[in-house]
Amino acid sequence: MTDTARSRLQRILSEGHLAVTSECGPPRGSDPEAIKTKAEIIKDYVDAVNITDNQTSVTRLCSLASCIHLKLMGIEPVLQMVTRDRNRIAIQSDILGAASFDIPNILCLSGDHQSFGDSAQGQNVHDLDSMQLIQTVRLMRDEGKFLGGAEVKRPPNMFVGAAANPFADPFEIRVPRLAKKIAAGAEFIQTQCIYNLDKFEAWMKGVCDRGLDEKVHILAGVTPFKSAGMAKFMKNRVPGMDVPDEVVKRMADTPKEKQAEEGINICVESIERLKSVKGVHGFHIMAIEWEQKVPEIVERAGLSPRPKID
Amino acid sequence: MIVAEKKPIEEIIEQVEDCEKLLILGCNECVTVCEAGGKKEVGVLASALRMYFLNQGKEVRIDEVTLERQCDHEYLEEIREVADQYDAIVSLACGVGVQFVAEKYHSQRVYPGVNTCFLGATEQRGLWTERCQACGTCILAYTAGICPISRCAKRLLNGPCGGSSNGKCEINPELDCAWQLIIDRLKALGRLEDYEKLLEIKDWSTDRAGGPRKVIREDVQI
Amino acid sequence: MRLSYPTNIRIIRVPCSGKVDIIHILRAFEKGADGVCVVGCIEGDCHFKTGNFRARKRVEQARKLLESVGVGGERVKMYNLSSGEGPLFARYATEIVDIVKALGPNPIKRFKKNAA
Repeated sequence: MTDTARSRLQRILSEGHLAVTSECGPPRGSDPEAIKTKAEIIKDYVDAVNITDNQTSVTRLCSLASCIHLKLMGIEPVLQMVTRDRNRIAIQSDILGAASFDIPNILCLSGDHQSFGDSAQGQNVHDLDSMQLIQTVRLMRDEGKFLGGAEVKRPPNMFVGAAANPFADPFEIRVPRLAKKIAAGAEFIQTQCIYNLDKFEAWMKGVCDRGLDEKVHILAGVTPFKSAGMAKFMKNRVPGMDVPDEVVKRMADTPKEKQAEEGINICVESIERLKSVKGVHGFHIMAIEWEQKVPEIVERAGLSPRPKID
Repeated sequence: MIVAEKKPIEEIIEQVEDCEKLLILGCNECVTVCEAGGKKEVGVLASALRMYFLNQGKEVRIDEVTLERQCDHEYLEEIREVADQYDAIVSLACGVGVQFVAEKYHSQRVYPGVNTCFLGATEQRGLWTERCQACGTCILAYTAGICPISRCAKRLLNGPCGGSSNGKCEINPELDCAWQLIIDRLKALGRLEDYEKLLEIKDWSTDRAGGPRKVIREDVQI
Repeated sequence: MRLSYPTNIRIIRVPCSGKVDIIHILRAFEKGADGVCVVGCIEGDCHFKTGNFRARKRVEQARKLLESVGVGGERVKMYNLSSGEGPLFARYATEIVDIVKALGPNPIKRFKKNAA
């Protein structure tokens, strides 16, 4: 892992602290207050904030502009970038644009298929895939080159991340797939929401057995349930999501008015257990449209205050 | 083969409504195999159109011809003598055939009678599925003989994505995840370790991105 | 058993209802038939296993196409019965004739006559 210095997230991780990130989804409109308000709520409780890139293929204010808003507020953004909507020209151009504002982190994704969103009749690009996007950022940063071979003046200085879903199929390639992302150049990983802790631990064991935990910082993804309905929805409707029956039952057995609190309890308990899993270097708290609960989760999980890095 | 699907007859009627003499031109190749534009489909369309026009009180002459191929000069020449007798030709060939007819009979109105869908195989009678997108640089050697460009909804060269679930694609539970198929076959070949080889960024200039393509074989040219 | 059924039905024998293709049904209408009924064996009792199922699908296709071109899809109907069910055949024959009579003549004949 090369030290790109400017990323606070990277410095926290390399100094051995447990990192905390969260995410905000930009609005479906041009009012920046929506994203700024969300970020304001969580800024003292996290090290960096991911900004999603037209998540679930629903058109929103762009990730790059949202990241700039955060940056100008003094909050460290993680630029999420999907390969669905941009070819290699746009990708490299947006990376430079982000670097011009010193946005120090990027998360490389392929993106949800457009059929899930508001533009199901649109084209998808996928000129590159997520691994090749990782390679592209690393090439631009480390070798100061464009994909076309020309020199990049003032190369982007970005901490490069990728996503991992330990629960998607086929399970047997989940560890090799992580190895592949690391080989492509990923320096940190944010995982899919973890509800099946046993399966996650089995995956992490595979990761550690191959020594991959030495090569990459893994931030375990958690998402609190707001209700039993949300737990059922995540279990049944979200592809690649693994929610064990007992978790759904625990939510369903809780009286409706206490379900939100129980969702937070489950989330905090998960973080506590995950803290002791070898190779877990931090947490990525995805409180979907529930940012106001992030401070509580961070505090109750004993992750507050965040370390000061200058 | 090229797989096509019959156009709704309403769409064809809209194009030829004003005609008095029509030629329905079938093709004996791919569209015959996928039952969209062979001799039989020519007969059905012609019969239905005749009834449509009669019902409108119009007597329209509708002739039926099915050529060996519509993507070859020599076969298309077979209608040279008659082509200009018609107000329009409805070609039931793939998009290639339709265009070749239009090129050859420059001042003749030519309409497509099918939607050309993809390059695919007959999985079973009445079921055709995509196998190739003619990207111009075959990578099947690196993907266990299964093409992620045509069979993965995100054409991921280094898949699967997080949406692969029980061997199926997140966009449709009936669709196989191409990368699951690749991994299964790598296993069957005893080469699962090949999965970890990164497929490099693809040169899409041989795909449609590079503009209309051409294959030239000087050694076989006359 | 002397059963009577409408005399305006012309029977065309085929080895199996599976032999009936959509083009045969269309041609009948093109030549001026007012209705077509395809009579196949009881489903599950096809001597060729699936002939009558195929016929049913083709009849369905013909109905759609005839509807699209304005002749009317209801003019085609498929019945299933066994060879021992003469009275049922007579009943079905009467039924299709009643259906078609209610629909009136095949509309294309209005112009076909003029043209001829």
